[in-house]
Amino acid sequence: MGRLKTIARRTFLIGSAAVAGGVAFGIYAYRKPVENPLLADLPPGAATLNPYVLIDAEGVTLITPRADVGQGAVSIQTYLLAEELDVDPATIRTDFGPASGAYYNGKVAAEGMPLAAWDDGLVARTGRGAGDVIAKFLGLHLTGGSTTVPDSYDKLRAAGASARETLKEAAAQRLGVDRTALRTEDGAVIAPDGTRITYADLATEAATLDPVEAALRDPADWRWLGKPMRRTDIVAKSTGTFRYGGDLVFDGMLHATVVTNPVMGAGLTSMDTGAALAMRGVAAVLPVTDGFAVLADNTWRAMKAARAVVPVWGTATTHAATTDEMWQAHADAMTEANRDSRFADDGDVDAAPGTPLAADYRAPFLHHAPLEPANATVTYTAERTDIWTATQIPTFIRDAVAGITGQDADQVHLHNLASGGSFGHRLEDIWVRQTAEIAMQRPGTPIRMTWSREQDMAHGFLRPMALARGRGTVDAGQVRSFDLSIAAHSVGESQLGRQGLPAAGPDVAIVAAAWDAPYALPDRRVTGYRVPAGVGVSSWRSVGASHNGFFHESLMDELIHAAGADPVEERLRLIHHAPTRQVLETVADMASWDGPLGDGRGRGVAVTFAFGVPCAQVIEVSQTDAGLRLDRLWLAAEVGRVLDPVNIESQLSGGALFGLGHAIGAEITFADHRPEQSNFHDYDSLRLWQVPQVEVRALGTTGEIRGAGEPGLPAAAPALANAIFAATGTRLREMPFAKTMVFA
Amino acid sequence: MRITVDGTPHELDIEADMPLLWLLRDELGIHGPKYGCGIAQCGACTVHLDGLAVRSCQITAGEADGAEITTIEGLGTPEALHPVQQAWIEEQVAQCGYCQSGQIMQAASLLVLNPNPTDDEIDAAMSGNLCRCASYPRIRAAIRRAIQAEGA
Ligand code: FES
Ligand code: FES
Repeated sequence: MGRLKTIARRTFLIGSAAVAGGVAFGIYAYRKPVENPLLADLPPGAATLNPYVLIDAEGVTLITPRADVGQGAVSIQTYLLAEELDVDPATIRTDFGPASGAYYNGKVAAEGMPLAAWDDGLVARTGRGAGDVIAKFLGLHLTGGSTTVPDSYDKLRAAGASARETLKEAAAQRLGVDRTALRTEDGAVIAPDGTRITYADLATEAATLDPVEAALRDPADWRWLGKPMRRTDIVAKSTGTFRYGGDLVFDGMLHATVVTNPVMGAGLTSMDTGAALAMRGVAAVLPVTDGFAVLADNTWRAMKAARAVVPVWGTATTHAATTDEMWQAHADAMTEANRDSRFADDGDVDAAPGTPLAADYRAPFLHHAPLEPANATVTYTAERTDIWTATQIPTFIRDAVAGITGQDADQVHLHNLASGGSFGHRLEDIWVRQTAEIAMQRPGTPIRMTWSREQDMAHGFLRPMALARGRGTVDAGQVRSFDLSIAAHSVGESQLGRQGLPAAGPDVAIVAAAWDAPYALPDRRVTGYRVPAGVGVSSWRSVGASHNGFFHESLMDELIHAAGADPVEERLRLIHHAPTRQVLETVADMASWDGPLGDGRGRGVAVTFAFGVPCAQVIEVSQTDAGLRLDRLWLAAEVGRVLDPVNIESQLSGGALFGLGHAIGAEITFADHRPEQSNFHDYDSLRLWQVPQVEVRALGTTGEIRGAGEPGLPAAAPALANAIFAATGTRLREMPFAKTMVFA
Repeated sequence: MRITVDGTPHELDIEADMPLLWLLRDELGIHGPKYGCGIAQCGACTVHLDGLAVRSCQITAGEADGAEITTIEGLGTPEALHPVQQAWIEEQVAQCGYCQSGQIMQAASLLVLNPNPTDDEIDAAMSGNLCRCASYPRIRAAIRRAIQAEGA
């Protein structure tokens, strides 16, 4: 046990090793209840019944440990708790809670394992269980992998139910009646004679009792879940009153901005700060890792003065100078020595009969670029450090900052905030570390640091560029064999490396949504090659599936065309997973599919399976005088039970449109070791005039409950490329498509 | 300089080249308008100057001297919503919400200039406002809803 614990703490097993290790060691520790982190900082007069429920004189505060990056996480977590606890979601307060292992995410670790989510066999189920064990053991307090709803669905309802029954037990003891004689309503326990005792009144007594376990309510009895919900943040976000990190004001606060070497990691040799220091409102120019910070009494003054600093940058480099050299490195990596995985290898693709077809595909580096630029506020004193920032990795940030300040983790207090978008960006933390470095040089002064858009755009950790080599054969009007090789940097290696953690095992992300695409062919192989580390890469909305959906469904479409078959019919013949067939049939129905059209109008189809969600899309385009126009987008997905139909639609459609915007127009390229893009004029995404009419259907008929933030993305780009082929005869094998095609 | 923001007059001693966005946010503490790009590419900073939508990151304090500014916080409040805000709430447009102050200000200005815009006119007027979350279908729906509510 002890040794495995050490190993597990040191190494995130991103591959199959986790399965064996996890099952063997975890069960005992896993069954132990987690400590309640709210006990440590309990305000006077407040009581806590479990890590999710805090009650004081003002009422109930629900702890919503998953970060809200715009996907509505706080709102849905609130409704999940409220449904069992019997409090009106509109009247209760929420808090992201402290950074704590108690809020481990049991679903996200399973996403890193090579277990196809459609595989319900014993090995796969055991492995997924092990993910939960590992996450709890490591205290993996993290938001990602479209896991918020799957992870919270049972946990938060159970927390609500247990708190409700424990409050009833406290009331029962006070009144001398049996708990079963009591009921609850709108934040109060109601006695048979109609006496109302509020939760606030009962909280302190309830906190002394052993938590009562309670069965979950039948979905048929739900009041809020399953129906369109009003997001709890919707009024604030529609009236400009919602507060993001950059809107916080603290007494005595200084505004700051940071500029680092445009070649990330190459360092600062010296700087001339004279002109900057003479400017109005400027308080200081301070060194930080890889660059400098300007402190002023206004963010614009800090940014203006930062342009007046004359830095001499270091010249060390950690990766190739140009995008072309990087493509070469990807091509060179497709060798046995760099082979990372071959999770799918059926039959013998090299001996498959039929007419061969070969095509290579490319996907570029992409930046997350959420609209809110990175920012953080840090106040440092020798006794404690406080951090206000929007993050998906609170415990990592707490520990990283403790490492910088030399304090113990429990002296570092993270106040998590909602974020103005993320798409994976808030899994990074370099700007928080920079702010901590500044704050240490100004003890006692709150430092609110905001990156300029230019600093943000040029210092991203990127969606990896990826190169795919596709091969296959067609025979007698059918697709016979399929062989896809994908070369990319490892996101797991890069991202965990930045947290000081080595990553072991193959990286499933390199081949995600390709190896486990639910297609059955007699000869089928998917191989991942790991390109040696270079540019820092990161989880970008739908991670590996964001490029592999395009690779897989483009190659499949080319083969189907070569076979002379129908793109929907032939896919249905090959797909072995019933829910995936069902979303494809549904979308064909929604679009009244009758083939790919042609002659200036085209329809393309694609179906992907990512994060446990099958998603099929049909896109219709037409050729106009101004260029290619996106007319319609139909999307069908199976996310399991639909808790909020409006938000599910927003997330699926948002994922697809986000994917299309980047597929059409965005890339990060390198010259002279640095990104060439600097702002939204040269890194754009979809604008309203480009948005097709969108129709979404979430089936909600079968299967486990799943998150919707990411699965809408992977099928969008290939559906568009396939539609463009149908309309124009031009096969687009490289994103962004605007490099080869004019769009209206 | 003098400036009236959301009905309140202010007198300020600041640099003439400070963008209106930062005057509002950091000098007056009005945080509804957002910084997204600083170069007129995203629209998150949109406010009304003498009744019309402008990118506040592109208007200097010198240019705004004497102007009447309305921000999202002055357009309507949670207690007294502007019809466009009401439509935005009913259509549940916001995801992360960071662009929405600007989207709403742009839409409100469009409907003042053109109370009955065509779909193409809506698309054209709104295309300077970037939504990275791609809440676009609901932006369209909310504008149509606001038009209907106004017309009714
Ligand atoms: S901040 Fe003004 S347009 Fe982007
Ligand atoms: S709602 Fe996030 S940028 Fe528009």
